[in-house]
Amino acid sequence: MDFLVSSFAAALRMIGDLSPDVFDAVRTSLSVAAGATVFAALLGVPVGLLVGLSEFPLKRLVVTLLNTLMAVPTVVVGLFVYGFLSRQGPLGVMGLLFTPTAIVIGGTMLAAPIVANYALASVRGADPRIVPTALTLGADRFRAVATLAGEIRFGILAAVIAGFGRVVSEIGVAMMLGGNIRGYTRTMTTAIALETSKGEFAFGMALGIVLMLVALVVNLFLNLLQRR
Amino acid sequence: MRKAQRFLGTAFVLVLLALMAFPARAEERLRMSTTTSTENSGLLAVLLPPFEKKFGCKVDVVAVGTGKALKLGEAGDVDVVFVHARKLEDKFVAGGFGVNRRDVMYNDFVLLGPREDPAGVAKTIGAPDAFRAIAAQGSPFVSRGDESGTHQKEKEIWASAGIAPRGAWYVEAGQGMGEVIMMATQKRGYTLSDRGTYIAFRKKTDLVVVREGDKNLWNPYGIIAVNPKKHAHVKYDLSMKLVDFFAGPEGRSLIAGYKLDGEPLFFVFREGEKY
Repeated sequence: MDFLVSSFAAALRMIGDLSPDVFDAVRTSLSVAAGATVFAALLGVPVGLLVGLSEFPLKRLVVTLLNTLMAVPTVVVGLFVYGFLSRQGPLGVMGLLFTPTAIVIGGTMLAAPIVANYALASVRGADPRIVPTALTLGADRFRAVATLAGEIRFGILAAVIAGFGRVVSEIGVAMMLGGNIRGYTRTMTTAIALETSKGEFAFGMALGIVLMLVALVVNLFLNLLQRR
Repeated sequence: MRKAQRFLGTAFVLVLLALMAFPARAEERLRMSTTTSTENSGLLAVLLPPFEKKFGCKVDVVAVGTGKALKLGEAGDVDVVFVHARKLEDKFVAGGFGVNRRDVMYNDFVLLGPREDPAGVAKTIGAPDAFRAIAAQGSPFVSRGDESGTHQKEKEIWASAGIAPRGAWYVEAGQGMGEVIMMATQKRGYTLSDRGTYIAFRKKTDLVVVREGDKNLWNPYGIIAVNPKKHAHVKYDLSMKLVDFFAGPEGRSLIAGYKLDGEPLFFVFREGEKY
């Protein structure tokens, strides 16, 4: 118990000091997670709406596939993207491995299935008469879907929040694709892993607390947006 | 239209945050792979800033096990490697992946174990004999198991002891040196560590050095530039500046002067001295 308490106290002191290392890790974490969330939303929301609204033969299979993608371990996504981004891989010439951009790419692949699934679920939960009604009122196909998207905007916002949560909390992709480079690709989670490996439990715990606080602030902010 | 405004506001904030992930690249970045023990020793935080200042660049350090560090060099994913596994380094150079290997410094490995020394290592002579005693007693031994330089050294010693370690007592952790020391501490077992990591962890573990100083516990570090003929994109000129800096007078005095808890962690080779 003593060990836990003293580590916790040291953790709080470190947060008070706000070292540049902590600040860098927070900034990197937030920016790559935001980047990945933007791309994941651009990919996932249309896919979710499309699959949710249309009927086609292999729909059940596609839905199952989307569900499965949500459960793919982060290190597997990391490994897969690594194969593409390494100098030996097809995209190697771009020199993206061990950059924040690489983490954004991996994070997008992690978050997109989640966003798509949440969007799909909210389409299913919506009033099925919205699209037909809009169409009979003279809207074109695109306007009708936009009307539906407007009606289920809270579901879509929840989808985006969940995607953000997945990226900001994961470590596999950030470690493999970012390389945990100090002041450049070191995120909060890889920093926690590193500090723990060095036996610096207090510092690791401080970062853990900051990570939770950041998640809280982000969610409070998004919650504010959900208020009518 | 407040809804639309809010939506645009969120999108704007998200995009702004996202843009921070793509910083303007003002300075050149050199990528160096090294071992976790080197990074954890804290030496690089002393050694790299003067170099970065002198040449107006940034050195990105990717810290992994030695095996992986060399693989990154083979693939051309890094510009320069800084590792400690002499045989693998020679293979790396012989394979044409690296050029201009230079000796930089050395420290040594120590065999750690519980103060009670259940395997009676203190009574043995030489590292292989100590390993034999541990195996005979079946005391827990935590191996890095990650193809790191330390793991290579450990396998060398097992080989010269004539033992293929296997069984419940032989724990292959697959983790960094720090984690392995902590694991050995929890298991009341033995482990082979580089001295630097041990000194850094001395306050966190009650394991003690049960064997040290043998010639076969030496741990020399080398720096190698990735061969530009193999990978045209590597920053060879800047790599060679780093090689010369590490092995030259500035690097040597920084390394020799680096102390942890008042103890020097690394020793530089004298002019012309070779391992």
